[in-house]
Amino acid sequence: MVETAPLWSVLVLPVVLAALALGAASLDAVLAARTAGRAPVRAAMAEPLREVARLLVQQRRTTLAPDAVLWRLGGASVLVAAVLAAMVIPLGRHAVSDLAVGVVWFNAMEVIVWAALWLAGWGANSAYPLIGGYRFLAQALAYELPHMIALITAALGAGSLRVGQLVAAQADLWFVVWMPAAFAVYLVSALAMSFWEPFDQPVQEDVAGGVTAELAGADRLVFVAGRYLLLTTAAAFAVPLFLGGGHGPLLPPWLWSLVKTAAVLGVLVWSRRRLPTIRMDRFEEVAWVVLLPLALVQLLAAALVVLVR
Amino acid sequence: MLATVVSWVLGAAAVAAGAGVFRVDSMARATFLLLGSFLAVGGELLVLGLDYLGVLVVLMMTMEMVIMAVFMIMYMMNPAGLTPMSMVHNRRGSLVIAVGTFAALAAGILVAPWPPAAGRPPPDPTVALGEALMGSKMLVMIVLGVALFATMVATVVLATHRGRYDRYGDRLDRPRPDDPVPGGVWR
Repeated sequence: MVETAPLWSVLVLPVVLAALALGAASLDAVLAARTAGRAPVRAAMAEPLREVARLLVQQRRTTLAPDAVLWRLGGASVLVAAVLAAMVIPLGRHAVSDLAVGVVWFNAMEVIVWAALWLAGWGANSAYPLIGGYRFLAQALAYELPHMIALITAALGAGSLRVGQLVAAQADLWFVVWMPAAFAVYLVSALAMSFWEPFDQPVQEDVAGGVTAELAGADRLVFVAGRYLLLTTAAAFAVPLFLGGGHGPLLPPWLWSLVKTAAVLGVLVWSRRRLPTIRMDRFEEVAWVVLLPLALVQLLAAALVVLVR
Repeated sequence: MLATVVSWVLGAAAVAAGAGVFRVDSMARATFLLLGSFLAVGGELLVLGLDYLGVLVVLMMTMEMVIMAVFMIMYMMNPAGLTPMSMVHNRRGSLVIAVGTFAALAAGILVAPWPPAAGRPPPDPTVALGEALMGSKMLVMIVLGVALFATMVATVVLATHRGRYDRYGDRLDRPRPDDPVPGGVWR
């Protein structure tokens, strides 16, 4: 039911993603204002736009002997990878490109963030960003395998790596119903891959902002926007993977896609405010001892369902 | 026509990035130029219509080169590999080996009597690849998988300096393991 949209959709995709990301940023600002007891909460909604304006006029920072090429490349790659990964996500009946190997494409683009964060940390030639970059790699080694198994579970349920087939296979029953563990693992890894709380050790205050420590002005804007886009993309991909894509009663498919994406995004942003930071060395153990076996058992269960169905 | 142009551009990019590895003076740049070269090769596979293999090369090589960057920098002779350093050693010997290998491979491509293409490419190369690997070769793949996994476990066991006696005491009767990193699962 999903087909490749005409070429101009390439221009629409970043706009839709940016709008969703801006919504997430607004929600985050509102939640922060409410927690802090700051009034009025409504003023907080425009907070992200004010921050964008502030960063645009702020001067960029340079450090002593940075590797400028790698530094900028790393900062920009987060944003580029997020948009490229979103290429295979259908909005209702249309995706920018419904690749035959869409699930693997998403995975490959999202792994580019590994390189991006390490480069952004390394390039500044400064200790704290470097620590942040290495922290993300340690975290990545923890979340990536359970994440991949969760992706495979959904692909197994549809018998295809094509995102359109995944959506079609969920016409009657969403995958989340018989793959709840894979969905949970996916949500955890979505937060971890976009280094949001509770997985924000790479950019945490205890290392002066980690990877972001030396970023200012436009560089910081690109990086922070990339991080929001990455979270948005990760949330949006949960919809065709586990939540039936555009399937739903009454509303048109594209609206269902948007509603579901906004819901997942809202849950992720809300949970970031409720959960304390997990150190990546502790998460490492949790990921390998709990999440990975859980994901594998879920894969086995899904495989049995596919066999007897 | 377009495919031919893209294929040549990607090929040139792969070679140029590969050569760049030995021109730069930083371990980080060398690693990521090598990654750039691999990504161009992944692009070549996409041009050939092998979507799965192409995207897989991008996925695997990105992860692999980032992990490799960590190890290469860890084992540098200067602290953390942060200061500029030459990426070449044994210039003459390696030049001879590199040029010789390239010439031999290129000659092989030009001289070999390639058979004419028989049959047509399958409608879905990913399925064909999966059946080729997992069909008649299933037993080989299973044995390989177990062998690789056993190797990994054995390497980790040999490399770690702490065993269960360090964690649970000489009589293995400590209720909580004594670990350098506190916290985690079941602690």
